[in-house]
Amino acid sequence: MDSTRRTFLKIAGACAAGLAVKPATDALAMDLVLPTPKSAAPDAAALRAGKWAMVVDVKKFTEESRQAVAAACRAAHNIPEIPNEKHEIKWIWEEHFENAFPGQGGEHLPPEVSRTPLMVLCNHCESPACVRVCPTKATFQRADGIVMMDYHRCIGCRFCMAGCPYGSRSFNFEDPRKYLENPDPNYPTRTKGVVEKCNFCAERLAIGQLPACVEACQNGELLFGDLEDPSSVVSQALRANFTIRRKPELGTQPKVYYII
Amino acid sequence: MIEKALTGGKGYWTWVVCLLAVIGAGFLTYLYQLQNGLGVTGLTRDVSWGFYIAQLTYLVGVAASGVMLVLPYYLHNHKAFGKVTILGEFMAVAAIVMCGLFVFVDLGQPMRVLNVFLYPTPNSILFWDMVVLNVYMLLNLVVGWMVLQAENKRSVVPKWVKVLIYISIPWAFSIHTVTAFLYAGLPGRHFWLTAIMAARFLASAFCSGPAILLLIMLALKKIAKFDPGEKAVKGLSIIITYAMLLNVFFLLLELFTSFYSGIPGHEHTFVYLFAGLDGKHFLTPFMWAVVVLAVFSLVLLVVPKWRNNIKVLVVALVTLIAATWIEKGLIMVVAGFIPNPLEHVSEYAPTAPELMISVGIYAIGALVVTILYKIALGVKKEAATM
Repeated sequence: MDSTRRTFLKIAGACAAGLAVKPATDALAMDLVLPTPKSAAPDAAALRAGKWAMVVDVKKFTEESRQAVAAACRAAHNIPEIPNEKHEIKWIWEEHFENAFPGQGGEHLPPEVSRTPLMVLCNHCESPACVRVCPTKATFQRADGIVMMDYHRCIGCRFCMAGCPYGSRSFNFEDPRKYLENPDPNYPTRTKGVVEKCNFCAERLAIGQLPACVEACQNGELLFGDLEDPSSVVSQALRANFTIRRKPELGTQPKVYYII
Repeated sequence: MIEKALTGGKGYWTWVVCLLAVIGAGFLTYLYQLQNGLGVTGLTRDVSWGFYIAQLTYLVGVAASGVMLVLPYYLHNHKAFGKVTILGEFMAVAAIVMCGLFVFVDLGQPMRVLNVFLYPTPNSILFWDMVVLNVYMLLNLVVGWMVLQAENKRSVVPKWVKVLIYISIPWAFSIHTVTAFLYAGLPGRHFWLTAIMAARFLASAFCSGPAILLLIMLALKKIAKFDPGEKAVKGLSIIITYAMLLNVFFLLLELFTSFYSGIPGHEHTFVYLFAGLDGKHFLTPFMWAVVVLAVFSLVLLVVPKWRNNIKVLVVALVTLIAATWIEKGLIMVVAGFIPNPLEHVSEYAPTAPELMISVGIYAIGALVVTILYKIALGVKKEAATM
């Protein structure tokens, strides 16, 4: 009985002491002024569009420009280079025509078409299967058509990877930070266990910059613009050239067009 | 009633302790996976679902198959199944527990699993699968428990339980249909993009589930002196035979459409399975094993003289379970990713940690079944309905 009473008094004393100290800690906390957060309002310089789209002018590409494009993307998004190819993270990469466009190849393609790799990436489908299947809305479509990922909501079920008919999604089977030497603080690194993919550089568009891959092109190999604006480079290129899209028969309505 | 699980002979406790040891080993392996990521499994960028999701698919079938006892008994008054429906219901509970665990261990970010509830997304089939599976588990647990309690107290089953029983019958079909929809609605996965996927799933469930159940019953006859009755055994083996015939028939339909149409996307995976593609053929021996085992089990099952001989029946059931498990618990999910959407052939094989975690989950299922069956048989023994 006595001991419980003593314990009670001890606890009560400690509580009272805590209350007495609180104003002091509050004052200390006031001194730690945090930097004012940037305004959440959109940047006035932000690039906006009705529907973002890309045109890949395959003939203009060279070995160097293909590598420059992929390197620019890796640097801009802290994409690790994982030695185990089964765990690779790929946002934009090279594929051969017969792989990017299955069923449209055949033996009688011009050799420059069948032998030259072309760049593939997320198609930012108008009707994206990945968004349809995601159980948490971690992958979603913005009003301007960009299909994005919320790395903090993703539970890593990989239903989107099964759903994507283009193999455009990668999963972090390992901790990606192990493979990053100098991560760029302007874009988040990812944790193990989440899916990621090309985001049309939404973070760059928001501050008025074109996607990193487009910027890395010297000769207009990649064109980026608004499908709904008839004067955009993309609309002009689509009017002037015959273009194809990957697996149009699936009804996903890709927004990456190819001039072969 | 739960106290009946706490009393048992030496054999019972040895079995329980063994299961707990396996569960512990599985759990430790899971901690290793949690620490290092899903890279410790054989999963890859191309084959992004594997052994875990395949077990989920197989076990949803096992869970649904409980209805093959419930339906004849409650809708057609097939008295022979009266004694064993509880075993089907309790097996369904254990199967769904395992389903949930297999989804959980497959998640890259398991601590975020509640996001599925926080952000319910009706356009995702996974959301519906979670809903139907959880409801089905509750239905079976409540129905099984209430019916058993009535037997224990020598009273009648309350009316509202009857309502739940009638709901549980179509619900069983729904769980496997929705699970098939996980696969059958994905554009660009030709192997899965087939309208008879749900029908195939149900057919394979209605042969493999009752086969497992029948084997357990025959084992219980020896271990616990529980006699399911000759009529129940015969009735179940006929159901198994017809369902397996349908299962094989549906697979042949797939083969016809794929190869007669000659559409490359529809052929590729079957070519990979039966002959190998681009020099890769890890799954080929498994596919041929399915063919041999399925035909062998059907020959034994179709001939009444053999089917009605318990020794032959056991062999037939074991081969049938092997055939359906390899087909659904290994090939069906993995082969859907081969070739990948860019038509590269990249193969998959589960790793040791992946298998250990899976064995641990099966041990949890076995423990749930053991406890629930111990209670059920204990009640039946006292009520002398055994």
